[in-house]
Amino acid sequence: MPATDKSPNKTYVEHLERGELAYQFSPEAGKPVFYPRVLCPHTGSSRLEWRVSKGLGTVYATTVVHPGEGKPYNVALIDCDEGFRLMSRVEDIAPDRVQIGMRVRLRVHRPGGEDDPYPVFTPEEGV
Amino acid sequence: MGGLQRGSAAIVGVAESDLGQVAEGMSVVDLMAQGVSRALDDCGLRLKDVDGLFSATTQSRLSVVALAEYLGLDPAFTGSTIVGGSSFEYHVAHAMAAIEQGLCKVAVIAYGSTQRSVGRKQASVREVNPYEGPFRPFMPSSAYALAASRHMHQFGTTREQLAAVAVAAREWALLNPAAWEKKPLTVEGVLSARMVSYPFTVRDCCLVTDGGGAIIVTSAERARSLKKAPAYVLGCGQSTTHSSISNMPDLTVTGALAAGKAAYAMAKLGPADVDAVELYDAFTINTILFLEDLGFCKKGEGGAFVEGGRVAPKGSLAVNTNGGGLSYCHPGMYGLFLLIEAVRQLRGECGARQVKDCEVALAHGNGGVLSTQATVILGTSAAL
Repeated sequence: MPATDKSPNKTYVEHLERGELAYQFSPEAGKPVFYPRVLCPHTGSSRLEWRVSKGLGTVYATTVVHPGEGKPYNVALIDCDEGFRLMSRVEDIAPDRVQIGMRVRLRVHRPGGEDDPYPVFTPEEGV
Repeated sequence: MGGLQRGSAAIVGVAESDLGQVAEGMSVVDLMAQGVSRALDDCGLRLKDVDGLFSATTQSRLSVVALAEYLGLDPAFTGSTIVGGSSFEYHVAHAMAAIEQGLCKVAVIAYGSTQRSVGRKQASVREVNPYEGPFRPFMPSSAYALAASRHMHQFGTTREQLAAVAVAAREWALLNPAAWEKKPLTVEGVLSARMVSYPFTVRDCCLVTDGGGAIIVTSAERARSLKKAPAYVLGCGQSTTHSSISNMPDLTVTGALAAGKAAYAMAKLGPADVDAVELYDAFTINTILFLEDLGFCKKGEGGAFVEGGRVAPKGSLAVNTNGGGLSYCHPGMYGLFLLIEAVRQLRGECGARQVKDCEVALAHGNGGVLSTQATVILGTSAAL
């Protein structure tokens, strides 16, 4: 494996800064890989292509966190249409109304300051 | 043929350290040493007999080194595999392998935690995961809550069924003088408690206590000359399926399936042969998932299985007979206590909570967020 000049996470974050959710694809396995890494966990190969998700997915699992202070909020696992899963949250809807099977669309959240942008989702009707 | 040899080693000594809220200033190694001293007394061996040392804790970076120094030992063999709460079930397999290979003769496996005294944040360093951290899951509860949401969606499991697990654990705990919880609990009491991460209230979640202990493993041959009846190690199995919950392949199927399969195969036993079932119940969903994956009921039927007091005292299957992590004790890495209770059940030492004619006991450890699963099947000489 050659030296790495840019970390997988750095590439991922740069895509988010452009408003994109990036993932890797292993041509040898014919499968997506997420989170980004330096080798494919299916084959061990370092051949991984970067792709950009269309940003559509389905809620796989969901919970509502009730913090000691502050309002309850959603945490969900989203299955993106390209076949990879990530943790996120569904916004623009009460956290307890987020349902497994719900169709959702990507929105890049930009917390500002030192924090990297990250992918959140919103309900998507009829997709 | 390779692999561990069924019944080649036995657990001969077991003990808890002080539990619950320990004396001010007690260190995790103080608690390990208490456990070691009591476990040695339990089997009649002495510190100078110990030549294998295993430990895990979140509060000491090189815990086995700290423990060796504290005990004044230079052990021939050390192990400090740390894979979360199931570490101690892994240690049993590793100790057995070391004993079979002649690398040590008497192995101690020790644990200590003061997470109640020092606080959870002090007891366990949080690692930054850039793919989960921004969403502020309340870990580990939210990971298990996500698994529960999936089980409820796929199989119709209800919050009442989850609560039945907590109620059964409490009923067992009321029969265990060492248990932290002393008051009865109802399904309504679970459902109306403070919500943590839906569908879990605080009563669906394990306790936060101090505690520790130790167990002693030696060869089957040597075990027979010691004070108490040996608990032979009949089967061991492990599985690592993921680290973070977003990478768990299927949230309704755990590595307990593979770990249990391997342990049953080695033990030449099946779920119907098990008299006492000790499962790592960090959350109520765990008991349901592990009952399914270890073959005590079919996949998806765990919710119905735990209803009607089936896993409570006087139920048809004795599950988590000490009161479990939910009601007895949970210092953060509970796996050692499963082994301690399994051994005591096999010896018939459990008083009011004793399982009748207990010949085979299963201890199933869970680590991380359903990440590492390890099954140890123990048996009396009758099961050998």
